[in-house]
Amino acid sequence: MQQIHLGAIDYAILIVYFGFVLGIGWFLRRYIKSSEDFFLSGRSIPTWIAGLAFLSANLGAQEVIGMGASGAKYGMMTSHFYWVGAIPAMVFVGIFMMPFYYGSRARSVPEYLKLRFDEKTRGFNAMTFAVMTVFSSGISMYALAKLLELVLGWNFHTSVVLSAVIVLAYIFLGGLTSAIYNEVLQFFLIVLGFLPLVLLGLKDLGGWSGLKEKLIPVATSAGYAPGAWSDSWRHLGSASANPMGVEWFGMVMGLGFVLSFGYWCTDFLVIQRAMAAKSMNAARRTPLIAAIPKMLFPALVIVPGMIAIALHNSRGGLLPLGADGLPNYNLAVPTLLAHYLPTGLLGLGLTALMASFMSGMAGNVTAFNTVWTYDIYQSYIKPGQSDKHYLRMGHFATVFGILLSVAAAYATTRFNNIMDMLQLVFAFVNAPLFATFLLGMFWRRSTGHGAFWGLLTGTAAAAAHHGLTLPHGAAAGLKGGFLGTVLHTYPSEMAQNFWTAIVAWTVCFLATILISLMTRPNKTDEDLKGLVYSLTPRQVDAELVWYRRPALLGVIVLGLTLVLNIIFW
Amino acid sequence: MNLDLRFPIGGLFTIVGILLTAFGLVSDHAIYAKSLGINVNLWWGLVLLAFGLVMLTLALKKGGSSAS
Repeated sequence: MQQIHLGAIDYAILIVYFGFVLGIGWFLRRYIKSSEDFFLSGRSIPTWIAGLAFLSANLGAQEVIGMGASGAKYGMMTSHFYWVGAIPAMVFVGIFMMPFYYGSRARSVPEYLKLRFDEKTRGFNAMTFAVMTVFSSGISMYALAKLLELVLGWNFHTSVVLSAVIVLAYIFLGGLTSAIYNEVLQFFLIVLGFLPLVLLGLKDLGGWSGLKEKLIPVATSAGYAPGAWSDSWRHLGSASANPMGVEWFGMVMGLGFVLSFGYWCTDFLVIQRAMAAKSMNAARRTPLIAAIPKMLFPALVIVPGMIAIALHNSRGGLLPLGADGLPNYNLAVPTLLAHYLPTGLLGLGLTALMASFMSGMAGNVTAFNTVWTYDIYQSYIKPGQSDKHYLRMGHFATVFGILLSVAAAYATTRFNNIMDMLQLVFAFVNAPLFATFLLGMFWRRSTGHGAFWGLLTGTAAAAAHHGLTLPHGAAAGLKGGFLGTVLHTYPSEMAQNFWTAIVAWTVCFLATILISLMTRPNKTDEDLKGLVYSLTPRQVDAELVWYRRPALLGVIVLGLTLVLNIIFW
Repeated sequence: MNLDLRFPIGGLFTIVGILLTAFGLVSDHAIYAKSLGINVNLWWGLVLLAFGLVMLTLALKKGGSSAS
């Protein structure tokens, strides 16, 4: 694509923003006195801040660039990642799971597993999570540097170093609080930076109906029904009727139930934000408050991708073509920024883009340093030290977490779509995990051995399923089929990933039940108080004002989501 | 925590709003061809400025401490 030249005003906005980012870290440094301050913000974060941070901690590369890319590649069906996936899962975690996470006073998700099950389950989760966060943070860094190189002509290595140093500086100074405060700042920046882009694009194409009209030839030329790019549910009857190549069952179960619940309910990266909230009620409302802006995010991140493909198709080659002759979907959003925004607003848009990458990175690094320090270092390497020692370790872990991310950034290989790759990693590790938590929290008979071996079996099942199947048209290797024989060919990579998740979840669920029944419970009812549903006193919210009642908020959120699903059916 | 987050949010968007509005007033209109002839810097700058000022006002008023 044509490189963008930034003017003085663009650089001015960029510099002002990074001034604020570093300023927040600098200001907060004096409040970091204990490890709890550094890793959990002293459990004192106001609800609205925790909620927005819960939302934007995951607003990294996969969200802004990946969802824009999917919007161009698959159209409106991408909204399922929100309206079937994220939102119901966020409601579930707020209402049903947060009482155990927050109530147990566990300092991390792996620590909850130790309290509920045993040491080995925690160890397994802590290790895989640590690897995954470093990997995710590396992908964010890689994608940001690659993008800046392509769009602005900045040197790849300089971008990596610069983003690493900025993220390092503000986490090192202010710990989780600094990361959370900056995530909220980034949230507003992303909304206010991308909104003009969407408004201009829609105005240009004649509003939503104009966009839908321009998407008809995109769909028909690819051999689908005219509405395939602008409807979310209508073409899910069979996998061959939509560009995503999935049918409704795989979508609802794979993406909705397994992957999204697995991510939003068990990933410490987001749970950490709620754990930092100032009270149980605040912690439970954190994901619910996050869900409200989250359900509107398709307008900000998916619609730009749809606008880009519509323009590409109707006005001739907006998007640069990749080596395979297809448009380079990952450039949909940056290309659109350059297409509509003049210098000035362009600086704001690019700053928002960089902010989103850095919040993705920072979120992973803060989750990593906590799990490393509490669940790996304190548990296995050097237990029984003073709090000061662990606080120092936290600072140190931040530094090497970032160094490892840099290494991962350089090691990151290319997929056509970043989202597909992340889904793959989540499918192996996260999909079985949700079964473990579900059984752990709601079935008191599940045992430590059951959880651990169930998780291992589930992860192995994920790998085996992936190794025995292939997406249509792909060669055996990273994309699957590496076990030699290919038992089944899926219409798309996305469908294969969803089914890998379904298989992993089911195997883990059944294996955990089976092994639990064969082994003796390793915890007494007294141990499990506050950790398991049937042994924990119910949360009483009836006397609270309506907007403080999690269950009522959850119903409202789900109702609104249902309306959105129907409008864009 | 002793930092009301509305201060930095308000401060950031007030400054960026002023920068964009001022740039919108002095910039050559030719650059707005790509934004459909609309001086988006001026108008969006004013939106950001208004948002920033609202945030700062809320922080200064401290209405009901740090809003839960």
